[in-house]
Amino acid sequence: MMSPMPATPPGSPQPWGSTGPGQVELDLPGLLRASARGDEAAFAELYDAVAGRVHGLVLRVVRDHSQSEEVTQEVFLDIWRTSARFDPSLGSAIGWILTIAHRKAVDRVRSAQAATVREDTYGSRNQDRAFDDTSETVQRRLEAQRVRHAMASLTETQRGAVELAYFGGYTHTEVAGLLGVPLGTAKTRIRDGLIRLRDTLGVNT
Amino acid sequence: MSADIHGLSGAYAVDALDHDERLAFEEHLARCPECQAEVASLREAATQLAVLDQVEPPAAVRSAVLRAIGTVRPLPPLEVPGHGQVQGQARVRQPHAPAPDASPAAASAEADVVPLASRRPRTRWLVAAAAAVLVAVGGLAWSPWDSGDGGQVTAVERVLRANDAQRFEKAIDGTRATIVRSRSLGKAVIIADNMPAAPVGKDYQLWLDIPGRGMVSAGLMPHETRRTLTVELQGDAARATGAGITLEPAGGSRRPTTTPIALYAFS
Repeated sequence: MMSPMPATPPGSPQPWGSTGPGQVELDLPGLLRASARGDEAAFAELYDAVAGRVHGLVLRVVRDHSQSEEVTQEVFLDIWRTSARFDPSLGSAIGWILTIAHRKAVDRVRSAQAATVREDTYGSRNQDRAFDDTSETVQRRLEAQRVRHAMASLTETQRGAVELAYFGGYTHTEVAGLLGVPLGTAKTRIRDGLIRLRDTLGVNT
Repeated sequence: MSADIHGLSGAYAVDALDHDERLAFEEHLARCPECQAEVASLREAATQLAVLDQVEPPAAVRSAVLRAIGTVRPLPPLEVPGHGQVQGQARVRQPHAPAPDASPAAASAEADVVPLASRRPRTRWLVAAAAAVLVAVGGLAWSPWDSGDGGQVTAVERVLRANDAQRFEKAIDGTRATIVRSRSLGKAVIIADNMPAAPVGKDYQLWLDIPGRGMVSAGLMPHETRRTLTVELQGDAARATGAGITLEPAGGSRRPTTTPIALYAFS
């Protein structure tokens, strides 16, 4: 993986994203620590560094634009509030941030589930969505290529289950229902898919 | 059962468990170092998927966020024993180096959990102790589920999910009672499985051992015969160095009057 943080002990998940290949090095853990002390400028810098990934993830799960904007806002307030609790020994800063973002996005869709009809099917949208937008930099393209390549290493059934769970925000029980497979199968596909993704990406040991 | 619940690590890592499954898995996670490592690595992998969907939020979101943080106070760090930022804590609980010098006091917290402990060589026992120590610190430390303001999260759940939750288990007459303490929250909770009802005219009373004051009442166990009783201990669990359970006349006593049926050392 790219430039491990010095604080990371062997065997811990390696950081990524804070320093992409050829990207300006940004010390996300340092920005989090500064934020914890109330440094608003540091937090603004942090925001600029990760907002695209946070909002992109939230939007992918939540889909509705105005709701996604609310969730993104909540995510950043939560990051600000809990920044002192990020522990670099337990994972990367971007991983911590995106875990909060994912959790909040999933919370939003689950609580809205009864009320909201999701307009389009996941599959069709997934294809459109694959990789169209935004101000893509070279680094982003490279990172995305790497991740897409890793996703391609999953079996089709694993990939489907992981995408429904991660981007769809469905529980594994719902994933089983959507795929018409037994619960145990869905559970295994999600886990095996993630393990393969992890190993292909070279996260951890 | 444990192999089965272990398999939920993937679904847990991508927030794909429902509320009850998640609580059950977190119970397991707190005492399964392999699952902790696996969840952390799978989460790390999953979050990389976000690189596929980068979308800058509208500028209005940025200004709203930056305006709002001016009115929100960042929380202090959790007091994680052994962590570099916290001075004067027992180094023995260093999460990355579950040291061979795990203190006997820490070890005793685990002693009753493993029925075979006494028949095993001491080194095994220390390994178990070190693992318990690791769990105490690393347990749920990276759970995003406890980072929110916890709207519908009960006080008990907050303790169970606290980053610094420490667990102490005791076997009592073939049943099991676990105390979970969060120093940062200043609270402790006892979870008793299949605890027999107190005899008529008696109550099980909970105690916290407070330095300088001795055993201070932390309330009574309710007279319910549910399979699992979960009760919050009253009093300052952050300062307490231990806890105990005694059988007392109905209504409880000011001081313990009988030999404790269980004693816990918080270390």
